[in-house]
Amino acid sequence: METLITILIGVFVTIGTYLLLSKNVIRIIIGSSILTHAAHLLIITMPGLKTGGVPFITDGGGGEFVDPLPQALILTSIVINFAVTALILVLAFRAYKTLGTDNLAEMRGPKYD
Amino acid sequence: MKINNVILRTASRFVVFIILTLALYLFFAGHNNPGGGFIAGLVLSSAFVLMYLVNDMETVQKAIPLDFRRIAALGAFLAVGTGFGGLIFGAPFLTQVFGHFHLPFFGTVELTTVTIFEAGVTLTVVGVVITIILSISEDV
Amino acid sequence: MIDISNLIVLPMALPLIIGIIQIFFKNQIKTQRTMSILGVLTTIGIAVFLLERIQTEGIMRLDFGGWEPPFGILFVADSFSVILVLVASVVTLICLIYAFSSVGEKMEKMYFYAFINFLLAGVNGSFLTGDIFNLYVNFEIMLLASYVLVALGGSKKQLRESIKYVVINVLSSWFFLVAVAYLYGQLGTLNMAHLSQLISESGQTPTLTVVSLVFLIVFALKSGLLLYFWLPGSYSAPPIVVAALFGGLLTKVGIYAMFRVFTLIFYHEPGITHTIIGIMAGLTLIAGSIGAIAYKDIRQIVSYNVVIAVGFILVGLAVMTQEGFEGSIFYLMHDMIAKSLLFLLAGTMITVTGKKRIDEISGLIRNYPVFGWIFFIVMLSLAGVPPLSGFIGKVLVGHGTIETGSYVLLALAFISSIFVLYSLLRIFLNSFWGETIISTDEEVPMRKGWMVSFSLFTILMFILGFGVELFIPYVADAANTLMNPQIYIDAVMND
Repeated sequence: METLITILIGVFVTIGTYLLLSKNVIRIIIGSSILTHAAHLLIITMPGLKTGGVPFITDGGGGEFVDPLPQALILTSIVINFAVTALILVLAFRAYKTLGTDNLAEMRGPKYD
Repeated sequence: MKINNVILRTASRFVVFIILTLALYLFFAGHNNPGGGFIAGLVLSSAFVLMYLVNDMETVQKAIPLDFRRIAALGAFLAVGTGFGGLIFGAPFLTQVFGHFHLPFFGTVELTTVTIFEAGVTLTVVGVVITIILSISEDV
Repeated sequence: MIDISNLIVLPMALPLIIGIIQIFFKNQIKTQRTMSILGVLTTIGIAVFLLERIQTEGIMRLDFGGWEPPFGILFVADSFSVILVLVASVVTLICLIYAFSSVGEKMEKMYFYAFINFLLAGVNGSFLTGDIFNLYVNFEIMLLASYVLVALGGSKKQLRESIKYVVINVLSSWFFLVAVAYLYGQLGTLNMAHLSQLISESGQTPTLTVVSLVFLIVFALKSGLLLYFWLPGSYSAPPIVVAALFGGLLTKVGIYAMFRVFTLIFYHEPGITHTIIGIMAGLTLIAGSIGAIAYKDIRQIVSYNVVIAVGFILVGLAVMTQEGFEGSIFYLMHDMIAKSLLFLLAGTMITVTGKKRIDEISGLIRNYPVFGWIFFIVMLSLAGVPPLSGFIGKVLVGHGTIETGSYVLLALAFISSIFVLYSLLRIFLNSFWGETIISTDEEVPMRKGWMVSFSLFTILMFILGFGVELFIPYVADAANTLMNPQIYIDAVMND
């Protein structure tokens, strides 16, 4: 299972890198989003995928349970990624309206201005 | 361009309430089950977005005269504020307490300060999502 | 009874909650200003108190929610962190005074002060946290605030530069996450002290060294160590005050993280990691020096001066000696103050003349004599002329390099000082001497708030220069903790 997920992470990183290297701002945003999701998968895969119940101590007690920390890390990271993606979308939209382009090559601008 | 969206309009009246119920369920389920403030906030804001989609922005603004930036700030204030709660009682920052209370009508209920924190998170998410969507969608 | 260790969280939580409350007072600018000033003053007070207490009681820590390490997240206050919190808050205070008379009502109503407070919260949180994932979260708070501050105002140049700035930082955050994932996969913990303990028990395996190099890339991107290509562009776009804060605080957070990670966690393979840091620092010094003398745009010159300072401070980390660390900490304190002042001065030059290139401006000292001489003092201070604040840091870092026989780094560090002096002297000679271009009737008056913040910064530089004896015990304690990670581990892991 870990191997499969690792391959999936590889695919994600490939797609993300490809999109990130393009010049269109929207593609870059999607690319960064996909890259971050690859990192999330990596966080949950690296300590080893486990099966088991929720890590709550209930009346039934004991039994196998999964490591809750990677999930907490991913949730935090998803929230941050959400905020960053939302912000960069607004930024890209404003930039598109003000500069009239969504192409990074055209955003280079004159040397001094 | 005027599009005929009778089906969308009719359906949305019911769907919005279903979404709101789901959001409420997710919010309270989040304590011990999958769910929680962040997801509830996202679902809740999807209800608002649906309303903005079906009706135009002015109508919704008139019906729900809220400044969503302030809602986001209020939510963040609640979330950080619960962290400060511990300070007043001499406990470490972000300490949570919970207890079981007998309430009329509801019976024994477990109440915890995490719920306030989560409510803050929900409000923040709703506020931020709506603010962002509105700021992108205005005057294209 | 209020738990005293709760004070540790306040340098982060107080600006955060003040920033949030300010959103409710969107249009009451006076209220916002007062709140910001009071909040930052309180933070400074708390930092001073904590610093004093650490000298007598040792390192303090706060477990969030009562979760004991290594299970919960925690804040740890050692001398190094608190010194940086103190200087960062002081710099923010003075920049706020400048902001009052420079940013204008329109931006103040666009939540300017709220975002400054969020920025300070992220910076202080990064300094204080004892958990490597929490460090990531605090970095993101700081970066989110900085994304908004770069773009706030919405001019063409700002939008253009902000997109590049955001993309480069999103990428470096991604590397951070990847490094965290590998670290957690290897060791199963993210508490810095616990990580250090586990690594010293089981040895720093080659995999861990690779992970440490990924961390190095992340922090190098954030601090502008060799990977500084984004820095001059981004730092020359936003309003002056924001650029000053960035120049004073943001790169320093990356430097702090590098010090923390490579002295506390990955210090077992200095032959690999610290050699690479040394090489990167050397190359940064060379490239920064070339950049500083190559441009005629004032803000570009100043930005490249930031790059040189980053290289210089990390020479102290590369040599790994007590004196090197002391020098780096002194230089870090000096640089936060002097660079912010330099950015403010450069920005003010552009504001009063309306021109950006040094060959277009001349004779400013005839119009603004005090302003001119303050620039001269900063220039001397940055070049390391005694008795100003840059001197002691340079001497101690120099000692450190001689002790370990890193003569190449020594040479590069001190030759770069000459380049700093030359690049700033060029501004001074071109723009302050010569025939004035501003006639007396079209002279823009120097505002009071500007002069107050310039003078405060200058006074601080003198205090830091003359009062070295005063600061030595604190800095020595900070460097001692960096040299002996066991002190930090004991404070966190054992009660």
